[in-house]
Amino acid sequence: MTTLRLEAAAPVARPAAVVLEGLSRGFGGRRILDGISLTIAAGEFVALIGRSGSGKSTLLRALARLDDDAEREGVLHVPAQSSVLFQDARLLPWIRVLDNVMLGLRDSEARSRALKLLADVGLAGREAAWPETLSGGEKQRVALARALAHEPELLLADEPFGALDALTRLRMHALLFQLIGRYRPTVLLVTHDVDEALTLADRVLVMEEGRIALDRPVDLPHPRRPSDARYETLRRSLLAALGVFA
Amino acid sequence: MTIVSPREFYGASAWRGFPGPSTRKAGRADRPARPLTPRRLGPGGQLFGPALVLVIWELASLTGLLSPRLLAAPSTAVATGYRLLVEGVLVQHFLASAERAYLGLAIGVALGLALALIAGLTRLGEATIDGLVQIKRAIPTLALIPLAILWLGIGETMKVALIVTSVLVPVYINTHAALRGIDLRYVELARTVGLSRLEFIRRVALPGALPGFFTGLRLAVTMCWTALVVLEQINTTEGIGYLMNRARDYGQTDVIVVGLVVYAALGLLSDGAVRWWERRVLSYRKVIGT
Repeated sequence: MTTLRLEAAAPVARPAAVVLEGLSRGFGGRRILDGISLTIAAGEFVALIGRSGSGKSTLLRALARLDDDAEREGVLHVPAQSSVLFQDARLLPWIRVLDNVMLGLRDSEARSRALKLLADVGLAGREAAWPETLSGGEKQRVALARALAHEPELLLADEPFGALDALTRLRMHALLFQLIGRYRPTVLLVTHDVDEALTLADRVLVMEEGRIALDRPVDLPHPRRPSDARYETLRRSLLAALGVFA
Repeated sequence: MTIVSPREFYGASAWRGFPGPSTRKAGRADRPARPLTPRRLGPGGQLFGPALVLVIWELASLTGLLSPRLLAAPSTAVATGYRLLVEGVLVQHFLASAERAYLGLAIGVALGLALALIAGLTRLGEATIDGLVQIKRAIPTLALIPLAILWLGIGETMKVALIVTSVLVPVYINTHAALRGIDLRYVELARTVGLSRLEFIRRVALPGALPGFFTGLRLAVTMCWTALVVLEQINTTEGIGYLMNRARDYGQTDVIVVGLVVYAALGLLSDGAVRWWERRVLSYRKVIGT
């Protein structure tokens, strides 16, 4: 396990955006994260997969600093500017779409940046709409615009497409990939979906019982096709690590 | 076995989901299925019950079943109401009552809201205020009348003060509960987008608590009139309550009915006004039925 982790982390030449050393988190005496050491390079797109209860969401919440109540151990370096994309779009229903995107922004260019990002996610013209009038996919696009409007160095996405239908999810993959290419944040994407991870990420981590059980670079050109033999090999090894012997 | 259709799979007798042309009864009109829930009332549909009561009441009075000594006929009450209105008596008493009720309401709502915000947003406030309001909630307003008279006399101050204390409770309870019940997911979001405490209160906590505040306000607008009825039995020469009490002494059941109608109309109108305001303020909610 340790060798795998070192092999993957060593060849990275870019500066590190995220560094974890022996990071542990526990709740009520139960250890959820168990001494995780991990380096994510700036601009890297990392997918984190694992079974339910493996600790992947806990790791993301630790990086988002949303776990004050946890028992903590270890070292954690994350960029000052990070954004979180939740599974639910989490738009405030009482302010309009544009105000949702601008929530928490204070600089003078906030408005123009928010407008541009809404256009980027294909929602130009919907600035004055109430969030509740949008479809699930549209809401999640607003949430993506809001996350990127903060110009994050680190984008933390917690199963952001889990609640969407299959077709919308495919469109969101393409949109996310395109916008990540444009704004270049470091990304940690938590997902259940092996194909989502393999379509988008530069590197896939598999979590198991609070540790990183597998750390694989995905060295395939985009757009990635499941019909590619290397894709299929990777997919099998990830599924095997998840305990599904496909 | 190759399954050709669900019908074949389940067997013709069991399958009722999609009757084919052969099972369809000839000549049966394509009517929508009988709904399981009652259809919605048209506008003014709720007036049926009150209208029914009015008709029965009038008939009972006409046939002598209902003595005017016990209850005046609706038609008599309407005539009396008209006479009082023309003489200016009704308006005078109404204005006196309205002043008390709405002054008490305004102060009570402001106070209840302020207390709810302090208790809902600060720990010290919660510790200081919440217990006190809960105790006040358990004490009926009427039980406070003796003390209030000793402290504030039997004048207007005492009446307004008692309306304030009774109105404050529903506003406080509902606003406070809504503030406490703010969706934790929004709190998390506020943290990740870096809202300051003040921004959080303004953008998240207050708008989130508004529905609760309106619930409290709706209770408060009817409650201020309820409290008034009793209070206007003490040392007054003006007000709807006074008018009704005097009518009792003289056995004028028609005047009593007029007073009741004024209270009912005011309660309904106030409630309607608050609901209208609520709909405007909370227009982001696409709640069916409002």
